[in-house]
Amino acid sequence: MGGKSMTLSDVPKHVRSGMTVGIGGWGSRRKPMAMVRELLRSDVTDLTLVTFGGPEVGLLCAAGKVRRVIYGFVSLDTIPLDPHFRAARENGRIEATEYDEGMFVAALRAGANRLSFLPTRAGLESDVLLMNPHLRTVASPYDDEVYVAVPAVRPDVSLLHLNRSDELGNGQFLGPDPYFDDLFAMASDRTLLSVEKVVPTAELTATERSTSLLVSRMFVNGVLEAPNGAHFTSCDPDYGRDEAFQRHYAQSAQDEHSWREFRDTFLTGDEAGYHEAVRAFHRTTEKESA
Amino acid sequence: MNATRAEVCIAACSDAWRDSGEVLAHAVGTVPAISARLARLTHSPELVLSDGECHFMADPPPLGKTAAAGGTVEAWAPFSRIFDILGTGRRHSMMGASQIDRFGNQNISLIGDWRKPKRQLIGMRGAPGNTVNHRTDYWVSRHSSRVFVDRVDVVSGVGNDRARAHPSSALRFHHLGVVVTDLAVLDYDEDGRLKVRSLHPGVTADQVRENTGFDLDFGEAGESRLPDERELELIRTVLDPQNARDREVRS
Repeated sequence: MGGKSMTLSDVPKHVRSGMTVGIGGWGSRRKPMAMVRELLRSDVTDLTLVTFGGPEVGLLCAAGKVRRVIYGFVSLDTIPLDPHFRAARENGRIEATEYDEGMFVAALRAGANRLSFLPTRAGLESDVLLMNPHLRTVASPYDDEVYVAVPAVRPDVSLLHLNRSDELGNGQFLGPDPYFDDLFAMASDRTLLSVEKVVPTAELTATERSTSLLVSRMFVNGVLEAPNGAHFTSCDPDYGRDEAFQRHYAQSAQDEHSWREFRDTFLTGDEAGYHEAVRAFHRTTEKESA
Repeated sequence: MNATRAEVCIAACSDAWRDSGEVLAHAVGTVPAISARLARLTHSPELVLSDGECHFMADPPPLGKTAAAGGTVEAWAPFSRIFDILGTGRRHSMMGASQIDRFGNQNISLIGDWRKPKRQLIGMRGAPGNTVNHRTDYWVSRHSSRVFVDRVDVVSGVGNDRARAHPSSALRFHHLGVVVTDLAVLDYDEDGRLKVRSLHPGVTADQVRENTGFDLDFGEAGESRLPDERELELIRTVLDPQNARDREVRS
């Protein structure tokens, strides 16, 4: 059960081209951005993303690493749609499995339960069925109801970011909402967990309630400490969303020239270089607004 | 006191929550959010309000803010529980619509061909599940023939024609209520088609006709009510002192 400690540079060993990759968090909240940035630095490609999507979808699409996205939505919360994702959809560069949000949850629950599908009422008579011709309905054996049989999704690997964990992979959320991170871990063959801080096991519950322990080590294969690892998405209560930087990201995505500049400034170096560039960005914008 | 158009819209939306009972009000948009709070403070104290994140609020935080900014929490409901609540039917949605047709089929997903959309919008989100699980109303802040179309490009929220044609009883909870716009309040006739229930004060039938891409029955159209003094006071001093409502509705 030991030996799970890893570093960011190990991430591409676990995430290989062609894999189905689950991403925890919700929209622009508690996304495993440090691990996503590591994927951007790697030569991994042809990924199928499974996500309540945020900027990780846009970044990976812009880098040409995505074949398909299975999603309930792709949003930056304070900005309704990720611009790179929108462009990838409108250029037809990616395949899309767009589900109703409840159907998306059913797909993951089926995966976690090792069922081939789960029935939902959601989707009936909507064009989710038209846009996803693989979907079938199932007749109830008990009455005359018919449901959508949402096929299970089982990611090869899921990437999660939480506030804290021990080195064995017992993960703790300290924010208001666990999102679906526990479900992602249970639905996936393997799970990599990055956290703001790795602490001794006893420290997890020294001051926090045990109900904050969201993910058990049973479902975690790799643990790494990545302070600010969700930036620029939120990771309450450690930090909120970096709205100024998110706006800069979205504006930079509007044309090729400004995107190249964004990439050269923030995404070509290592993780420490990224955070240094973000600090420089804030120093400049604060000076400009002063 | 003279009510603005936005305030007339809020009163109309508030009426939509009447008699919903002790259910979760799911309100997307500024006017719907204010209207649910207004309903709660006036005719429907049993309504359950959320902070838009993971708390139900006995006393809601300032508009657009979460429980972190104040108010009184009465329950914890993370996103995973919202889907469970949706399944129980103890919920009532008021959502936007990028397109809507005469039977109330709603589209918020995309414009154009779904294989390669001309414009990707916010996606299906919860519309397919909402419309088959509990009452759903729509709020359209700019009534235009680009929104009220003959045919929606894809169906996110299920309309009455499709729900009625469904062969099993699985759609027995389908329930479309009203469509409130900046010009009028619409509801559905016996055949499930949209008709005009009331025109907002100062709006003509021709104005609505010109801005709707299909024929509408105006036969029973009255005039939308004005908010009363107490409602105006609540809207202006308690619920929306920053006047966010005027940024959503042109006067």
